[in-house]
Amino acid sequence: MSHGHAEVLTTHEVHHDEHGAHHHHQSFVSKYIFSQDHKIIAKQFLITGMIWAIIGGLMSVLFRLQLGYPDQSFPWLEDILGNWARGGKITPENYYALVTMHGTILVFFVLTGGLSGTFANFLIPLQVGARDMASPMMNMLSYWFFFGGSIVMLSSLFIQTGPFSGGWTAYPPLSALGDASPGSKTGMDLWITSMALFVVSSLLGGLNYISTVLNLRTKGMSMTRLPLTIWALFFTAVLGVLSFPVLLSGFILLLFDRHGGTSFYLSDIYIAATNQALPNEGGSAILYQHLFWFLGHPEVYIILLPAMGMASEILSVNSRKPIFGYMAMVGSMFAITILAFLVWAHHMFVTGLNPFLGSVFVLLTLLIAVPSAIKVFNWLTTIWKANIKFTPGMLFALGFVSLFISGGLTGIFLGNSTLDIHLHDTYFVIAHFHIVMGVSAFFGMFAGIYHWFPKMYGRYMNNTLAYIHFWVTLIGAYLIFWPMHYEGLAGMPRRYLDYSNWSSFNQFGDLNKFISTVAMIVFAIQLLFVFNFFYSIWKGRKVTTQNPWGATTLEWTAPIHPGHGNWEGEIPEVHRWAYDYNKDDRDFIPQTEPISANESKH
Amino acid sequence: MAEAVSTQRKKIHPHKFTLWVGIGSIIMMFAGLTSAYIVKGSMAGWTTIEMPQLFYYSTAVMLISSFTMQWALKSFKERGMQQYRRLITVTLLLGLGFIAMQIIGFSQLWEAGTKLKGATGAGQFLYVIFGLHAVHVLGGVIALVVIFIKAFSARIRNYNPVPVEVMSTYWHFVDLLWVYLFVFFLFKL
Repeated sequence: MSHGHAEVLTTHEVHHDEHGAHHHHQSFVSKYIFSQDHKIIAKQFLITGMIWAIIGGLMSVLFRLQLGYPDQSFPWLEDILGNWARGGKITPENYYALVTMHGTILVFFVLTGGLSGTFANFLIPLQVGARDMASPMMNMLSYWFFFGGSIVMLSSLFIQTGPFSGGWTAYPPLSALGDASPGSKTGMDLWITSMALFVVSSLLGGLNYISTVLNLRTKGMSMTRLPLTIWALFFTAVLGVLSFPVLLSGFILLLFDRHGGTSFYLSDIYIAATNQALPNEGGSAILYQHLFWFLGHPEVYIILLPAMGMASEILSVNSRKPIFGYMAMVGSMFAITILAFLVWAHHMFVTGLNPFLGSVFVLLTLLIAVPSAIKVFNWLTTIWKANIKFTPGMLFALGFVSLFISGGLTGIFLGNSTLDIHLHDTYFVIAHFHIVMGVSAFFGMFAGIYHWFPKMYGRYMNNTLAYIHFWVTLIGAYLIFWPMHYEGLAGMPRRYLDYSNWSSFNQFGDLNKFISTVAMIVFAIQLLFVFNFFYSIWKGRKVTTQNPWGATTLEWTAPIHPGHGNWEGEIPEVHRWAYDYNKDDRDFIPQTEPISANESKH
Repeated sequence: MAEAVSTQRKKIHPHKFTLWVGIGSIIMMFAGLTSAYIVKGSMAGWTTIEMPQLFYYSTAVMLISSFTMQWALKSFKERGMQQYRRLITVTLLLGLGFIAMQIIGFSQLWEAGTKLKGATGAGQFLYVIFGLHAVHVLGGVIALVVIFIKAFSARIRNYNPVPVEVMSTYWHFVDLLWVYLFVFFLFKL
């Protein structure tokens, strides 16, 4: 834009230039509900995500009950679930509905909406030095589309034919034909509607995050002075903006197949339930899989990158050492972003994909190990010989690194198309992705919440409860998912209701009971976290200093309770990168401090 | 909200930048659909159709509207408000005309026997892809209506060109997108 437009600023805008922060009184509705303040929107995403996490987590407890105790019935289940559990046993259709909803909710509504929705909103303006997002209005809409999608998804749990039950990937023909299963009827329509709203929400959010990072950085904040959190959230947004529209394309074709009678995905189908041969010809279910996984794989990194960014930041702050290999971190995140778009077919090795094409995707998939290993190396060298402060945030960041290593290694197994013939759709896959993107992203999220809670609410969370939460969750996560590797190597397939007719898997009966028991304990501990979170909002120990962790980044230069606009008066100017810890005999040097004449170089 | 950004360093206006990223996002959507078309088109049992004549005329309408939009922007920047109002009205009418022509084109195809039901083929893709494009044009038309109302409102005096620039960029984009899709189908049908 040319510079000739300064004169068109209205008097209203000039007024805000002088004050910076907003002081006028707002009603409750405009301050806390239809708020355009990025900090409030972040909290809205966070709390909505927490409610979804409880619902989705509870679902896993319910189906773990079935998997651990397939021969028992629980009459109280019928009391709370009604027809879902006639006679105290979860019916097969509803078991599938539970696993489908668990996947959909956790992947999209918790670890995408709840994670990057929360931290991109909260951290981007505060850490780049902006008063708000590029378009606060779009940002508000982003949350309300998310909320709308949430309501639609939630309502699908209460309809008579039940929510969608064909797996979170919604492969046709199960997702395209209402007659195929009860969950494929209204439940699937609600699922698509909800997901379409979710995609719109992600796009509105992502557009804002990208243009805020690129255009609204404060004076002196060059791209290479950005904290790694911002780089990570930026790449996350790029991934979302480029991959979610393709998913939407896939859903639109799916909708036409469902309701228009088209044959994009359908061909030569006979439905046993209605005794009917369908007229559809020439369609290909593989086409849907390509469109789905073109989003589906980047989605993994949409979930993981924010956790990586936050862990980098928190590890550095609590090690009191600069992050090791800043540019290598940025470069490896960039490489992950590019590779994320080039590996989607590794989800389709056994769907009839051309084996030659498969080998190309094996190569590209294994290449991701390179930037991932660089990141792990840099995290470990950052904490190497450091004087570590074991705050709850730091513990969860360390837990994240541990889980990322353990889960990432099994990815090398699964990335091989030959090994995948044996391992696909087994518990090995479940163990792999739960550790590497499920639990580890949760650890990143917990690290972020514990670390930035003082900035969000001006109070601390309770440390004792946080330590209990950390240790039980970390040990529990390994106890739940480690044994699943053995089950998967033995060939135990996923998504089955009952394995008791399968004598080769009888040996796992007690192991399944054990996993289910640990899952219940870990779920209960998450409720302790939720209690700690809400209790601390009102009753937590008050933050008395602006910069409780001694961090260098800009958010800690804002007032303890920042208003809409974040800084009173001028936005601070930035003079250095975000990782000057233990430099020239000083514990830390904030980004706002000019470089002095006799300062040593990095 | 301009007030949040007014103190920031300005390179490109954030709203314009956001639009460009959004355009990238829309391109990905149509890239997904047209690559799906290419994949499906090479499979057995693929049927093609005849492109209705009307779509050639709607292409012309779209191209002319892009021209009037650009002219409107130029008039706005030169504070030729009278001419700006006339041109924005013409663009709006051309946009509505384009959508109407697309709908008529669809009904001609439908009557010529290209239905949604049954076997797959180019016709089904054409309905979906051209239909989605028309939805994006409709979005532009709604934005044009807002600009139109602002242009004719006696109360608002605004010489900030950013909204008009954003509008014209989007309008040229849906124009170019249409040209791409039209040529794509001409080659692939």
